[in-house]
Amino acid sequence: MTDTVQSIPASAYDMSHVDEVEERRTLAVIVDNEPGVLGRVVGLFSARGYNIESLTVAEVDRRKHRSRITIVTNGSAHTLLQIEALLLRLVPVANVTDITKSKRGVERELALIKVAGTGDKRVEALRLSEIFRARVIDTTNESFIFELTGVSDKIDQFCALMKPLGLVEVSRTGVLSIKRGAQAG
Amino acid sequence: MDTQTQPEADTETRTMTGAEIVITALKEQGVDVMFGYPGGAVLPIYDALFGEPSIKHVLVRHEQGAGHAAEGYARSTGKAGVALVTSGPGATNMVTPIADAMMDSIPMVVFTGQVPSHLIGTDAFQECDTVGITRCCAKHNYLVMDVNDLARTVHEAFLIATTGRPGPVVIDIPKDVQFATGRYIGKEGVHKRTYKPVTQPQPKAIREAVALMKKARRPVFYTGGGVINSGPEASTALRKLQAATGFPVTSTLMGLGAFPASHPDWLGMLGMHGSYEANNTMHDCDLLICIGARFDDRVTGRLDAFSPGSKKIHVDIDPSSINKVVRVDLPIIADCANTLNAMLDEWGTTAAPDLSDWKTQIEGWKARKCFDYAKSDTEIKPQYAVERLYELTKDRDTYISTEVGQHQMWAAQHYHFEEPNRWMTSGGLGTMGYGLPAAVGIQAAHPNALVIDIAGEASVQMVMQELSTAVQHRLPIKIFILNNEWMGMVRQWQELLHGERYSHSYSESLPDFVKLAEAYGGMGIYCDDPKELDAKILEMIAYDGPVVFDCRVTKAENCLPMIPSGAAHNEMILSEITGDEIDEAGRKLV
Repeated sequence: MTDTVQSIPASAYDMSHVDEVEERRTLAVIVDNEPGVLGRVVGLFSARGYNIESLTVAEVDRRKHRSRITIVTNGSAHTLLQIEALLLRLVPVANVTDITKSKRGVERELALIKVAGTGDKRVEALRLSEIFRARVIDTTNESFIFELTGVSDKIDQFCALMKPLGLVEVSRTGVLSIKRGAQAG
Repeated sequence: MDTQTQPEADTETRTMTGAEIVITALKEQGVDVMFGYPGGAVLPIYDALFGEPSIKHVLVRHEQGAGHAAEGYARSTGKAGVALVTSGPGATNMVTPIADAMMDSIPMVVFTGQVPSHLIGTDAFQECDTVGITRCCAKHNYLVMDVNDLARTVHEAFLIATTGRPGPVVIDIPKDVQFATGRYIGKEGVHKRTYKPVTQPQPKAIREAVALMKKARRPVFYTGGGVINSGPEASTALRKLQAATGFPVTSTLMGLGAFPASHPDWLGMLGMHGSYEANNTMHDCDLLICIGARFDDRVTGRLDAFSPGSKKIHVDIDPSSINKVVRVDLPIIADCANTLNAMLDEWGTTAAPDLSDWKTQIEGWKARKCFDYAKSDTEIKPQYAVERLYELTKDRDTYISTEVGQHQMWAAQHYHFEEPNRWMTSGGLGTMGYGLPAAVGIQAAHPNALVIDIAGEASVQMVMQELSTAVQHRLPIKIFILNNEWMGMVRQWQELLHGERYSHSYSESLPDFVKLAEAYGGMGIYCDDPKELDAKILEMIAYDGPVVFDCRVTKAENCLPMIPSGAAHNEMILSEITGDEIDEAGRKLV
């Protein structure tokens, strides 16, 4: 194919794809919830040197024992196609949907954020949390735990603002995603 | 012990022990031979196998031997090979054959014993995380914790191992599950809902492919192990499609035999040690039709110079093979036989195009006679040894296995195959020690055939002990060692890449192979004289029992022609290595 000639490396041993543009993708992987299935998915990424930015997994259909794994990964267009094909090669994987590619994906993340402080800092933390529509789910005289949902950037931003105000600990779910509209992904 | 014998009719609801479930399921799957080695964690299955008349169990000497024997059985019959080993070291010794079968897409079902389920995770005696260890080198694997899942699991494993892109499947069974009593279910209706390999090609893709084929002036078929795996009907369809189109055919190492080597349009194997004509045809073609091959780095050579002027069609049953290394113009995800037959239908009665210019050019490359070598009256040239072996065995019912190294490439170059499933070699993983146990497996499947392991003296010593298996089970395999006292391919690369510094590649103290064969209860033959070679080969063939043939060949012969690392298909070394063929970048490659 002539349009890819300039990016072909001299040997399979130096195929690095470093010159190619990296894209970020969110993949929804529907699997049979059987022992070891998460290990297979994660092992595929580590064995082939692919990157996982975030990963969430839970059973979504108890009766059919179906789990949904949401993986945020990045790589060149070629790498991302390989990742999809290799995921489908795993026996318990039912299907793989690229939520980002559809341009109709909705992504959300949930975070629990512990902030400790007194006086002005404590007041400021509570005031900012209202702007971000975070909920206070636990409080002591010198600390809050906030519950915040939103896109990952929003959570990043909130954590950055909390840092000087006494950020102690952050726990995040990783990205969850689903497609807009009436149809299933 | 549960000794009840059940009538055939109610197999659907039979109750039996886990061990009996395994044996019953194997019988239902049509398994007639299995390879294994007992141990603590599989004793219940061995007990169920005791006196079982319909399954022949071949006792090996090392679990790796069981795995390669199962591979040899599978590759020569088209059926799944079956191996049974114990937990811990039994399972870890199986890892190499499992990885080998994965790389070469060989259908295999491996049963491993596991410590009782309540001891899993306690570092119990002979415990290892078998499913963890084999997860990344098997097509699929199972740890069966409930005896009622066992029958379904075995049937599902056979389905997965033998369909789609074939491969090894591991079933790990804790000892208490083998003892427990549960329901047996038959294979009918067992399926895996998430496992749906695509086998039928898209009609549109077939139309586009055939349109490209009709326009091509310099076409070539590049076929691989997928044609063999697809079954004999794929080889038949390939021959028919070639007859209709007149296109030249080359093949990978794994695909040899799918197209007859005696055919005038046969180009020989391609790749690093392939023929000059095959590689130049690949380089200069305008249409490359890849069928069941995967553009391995040993095939493509320098990627940015790989077949630069061609349109590329890639037929593969595994979608992840498409565009993995080489970008193609037209992917077809389907089974090879289905695709070849669909192409044949689409081609219809169209006359074969006029390819006379292309064929003339190919004849010019063939005229270089790239496999020629300097003959000798005083020493046996390794190529000559394979040539004579071929001439003296070609009219028999012969199966060939090999180890890995120079002898393997000489066998691929100088032994010629007319039929599929006759050539068993470790291609992807390159496992030294594959050939001898594979020969055991082939002979077990074809008791009356002539089975020859073309070996090197270094490789054969890796799994030498399986000679004892061959003697015990009266498997008259012939181990034909091209003995040059060197790890020949390592030596060749040290000559080519490392300034002739032969670091640890010479075998200082080889055994006396004749005495070794006799010690095991086989026959040993020694030959170092080209004039005696024919008679001694005939003596080997005539002997009814295992033979080790110590064929002393030229010590420092190089395997040529060769595409050096980092070079293109049209930059082959044809005659002598001078040492400056490989540039700095090429030296870093494998």
